[in-house]
Amino acid sequence: MTANTTLSPSGRRRPVSWGNPLTYALALAVAAVSIAPVVYVIIGGFRTTPQIVANPAGLPDPWVWDNYARVLTQSNFWRQAFNSAVVSLGTTLGVVTLGVCAAFVLARYTFRGREVLYTFFTLGLLFPAGAAILPLYLMLRDLSLINSYYAVILPQIAFALPLTIVILRPFLSAIPRELEDAAAIDGTGRLGFLWRILLPLSRPALVTVGILAFVTSWNAFLLPLLVLGDANLHTLPLGVQNFSSQYTSDTAGILAFTSLAMLPALLFFTFAEKQIVGGLQGAVKG
Amino acid sequence: MTSTNQTLNPAGGAVAPPAGLRPARRNAGRAAVTRRKWYEIIGLTAPAIVVYVMFVLVPMGFAFYYSLFRWRGVGPPTDFIGFDNYVMAFQDPIFLDALRNNAIIVFGSLAIQGPIALGVALLLNRTFRGRTLFRLLAFVPYVLAEVTVGIMWKLILTDGGTFDALLRAVGLGGLVQPWLADLDIVIWTLLFVLTWKYVGFAIILLLAGLSNVPQELNEAAQIDGASWWQIQRHVTLPLLGPTIRIWMFLSMIGSLQVFDVIWVTSVPAVRSLGASATMATYMVDNGFFARLWGYGNAVAVILFAISFVAALLFQRFLLRRDIEGAITRKAN
Repeated sequence: MTANTTLSPSGRRRPVSWGNPLTYALALAVAAVSIAPVVYVIIGGFRTTPQIVANPAGLPDPWVWDNYARVLTQSNFWRQAFNSAVVSLGTTLGVVTLGVCAAFVLARYTFRGREVLYTFFTLGLLFPAGAAILPLYLMLRDLSLINSYYAVILPQIAFALPLTIVILRPFLSAIPRELEDAAAIDGTGRLGFLWRILLPLSRPALVTVGILAFVTSWNAFLLPLLVLGDANLHTLPLGVQNFSSQYTSDTAGILAFTSLAMLPALLFFTFAEKQIVGGLQGAVKG
Repeated sequence: MTSTNQTLNPAGGAVAPPAGLRPARRNAGRAAVTRRKWYEIIGLTAPAIVVYVMFVLVPMGFAFYYSLFRWRGVGPPTDFIGFDNYVMAFQDPIFLDALRNNAIIVFGSLAIQGPIALGVALLLNRTFRGRTLFRLLAFVPYVLAEVTVGIMWKLILTDGGTFDALLRAVGLGGLVQPWLADLDIVIWTLLFVLTWKYVGFAIILLLAGLSNVPQELNEAAQIDGASWWQIQRHVTLPLLGPTIRIWMFLSMIGSLQVFDVIWVTSVPAVRSLGASATMATYMVDNGFFARLWGYGNAVAVILFAISFVAALLFQRFLLRRDIEGAITRKAN
């Protein structure tokens, strides 16, 4: 905000002003750096590999749809997108369910050891998830879960729980006690209160933690890399990585596959930007 | 048995029962309420606790156990070698390279992302038309999967690729380097890619911090004749302290265990020479792919110990006050 616009003498709200040119120049530069590589990849998918080799920084001439068509019809794209969807939805459902139950107890029950339990969960935030990947693999192997959706879903639920509980708990405790009392007078137990009143009221927070868990799971690479050896179970990140190392000379194909793989994340982000950003900010702001 | 009045008690603790009840019955009722409360507490938290303990805490304990063996992952570990795996790790120049690279990434990320994010956050905190769109665009790299980011930059930075072509086009052809193949350059290239990917996260957090700075303070400073820069320097920045420290903390933990972007962007040959290895890629290369399970687990424990000590030191010296109000904030 420029120094003089805020000094409006009267308290009335002024329409959002146009910033000064310098602000726009800088903002445009930031936007360009952020999305230029992404735009390059998407446009590159419309070129042929010879075009790219001849002039790496050029525009498509002519535009070809073949790469995208090829990826969508011949590769395992759909299979991998399906696997990613199953894993991400399973993780999201699990995190939200387990997280709400635990956060509900931590928010609305008074009992000995409550803060200890809460600290116990928050410790997970400080825990480098990557460090546990090898023993985690061994344990999943001993449980015969390797090469199943569960091998990804269960650990992802576990690792997403701390953040989920940290976000949900203050939200659930902020709902006024009077509502709980009123529900009790109407003969609703505490569980009924959770189900019929608390959950509908906390939908924004649930959506936030759900989306955060979904995006994290959708993008996950290390865990699937280790536990999903079966190519039929590969998720999109594994698919992109394999495609790019298998067809190293097919630059145009890799660009098309990569663009298609980012598309869901980009669309999702466009629609849920408020929840994703708000959730991250809420987790830190408390 | 359970009187309505007692279930009413929101805190679930003891509540004065209705005057008319005899003491014995009162106690029985209270006990039933307490028991029911504990059933609910246990029933609702047990699934989360079980999953969390089983998939987060237990594996880390096993890592330490396995790390004491020479073990190829077949059958139970029997070849007990004490701390030899740890000694071996610290004698392997590749692992020491990985440690150095992690240090570069930790400090490089803080030193580069911090100022950039602060500048961009201050910029995007000004009110101007289209601000929402610019914010959205600035966050894009952060939402993309690490793998797609890695492959994208790998294609752009490859020898004779787009980046080189752009440099030549603007007459800077002399600067062209084998960005991902030169053993001395690759870690800085990777630091650049990581910065591009994660600076958006810092911006997101700082914008949240900025939205918490009361507008009245800015206005008061303006009335006192402070310029925009003076306000940022003397009013906004000090108030952003907690947010900046929390970001530093999260960035540090993330940098210590960085894997995906490094793994995908850098060529295995370069990684195996140590030039682009990090603790995490070293751990997966040796433990999982080379099947040196005991050794890999020792590296996991080292990685964990370093992160843990770094986290404790950071908390002790920098985060002391903030953490109370933020990450581990108390309910209510």
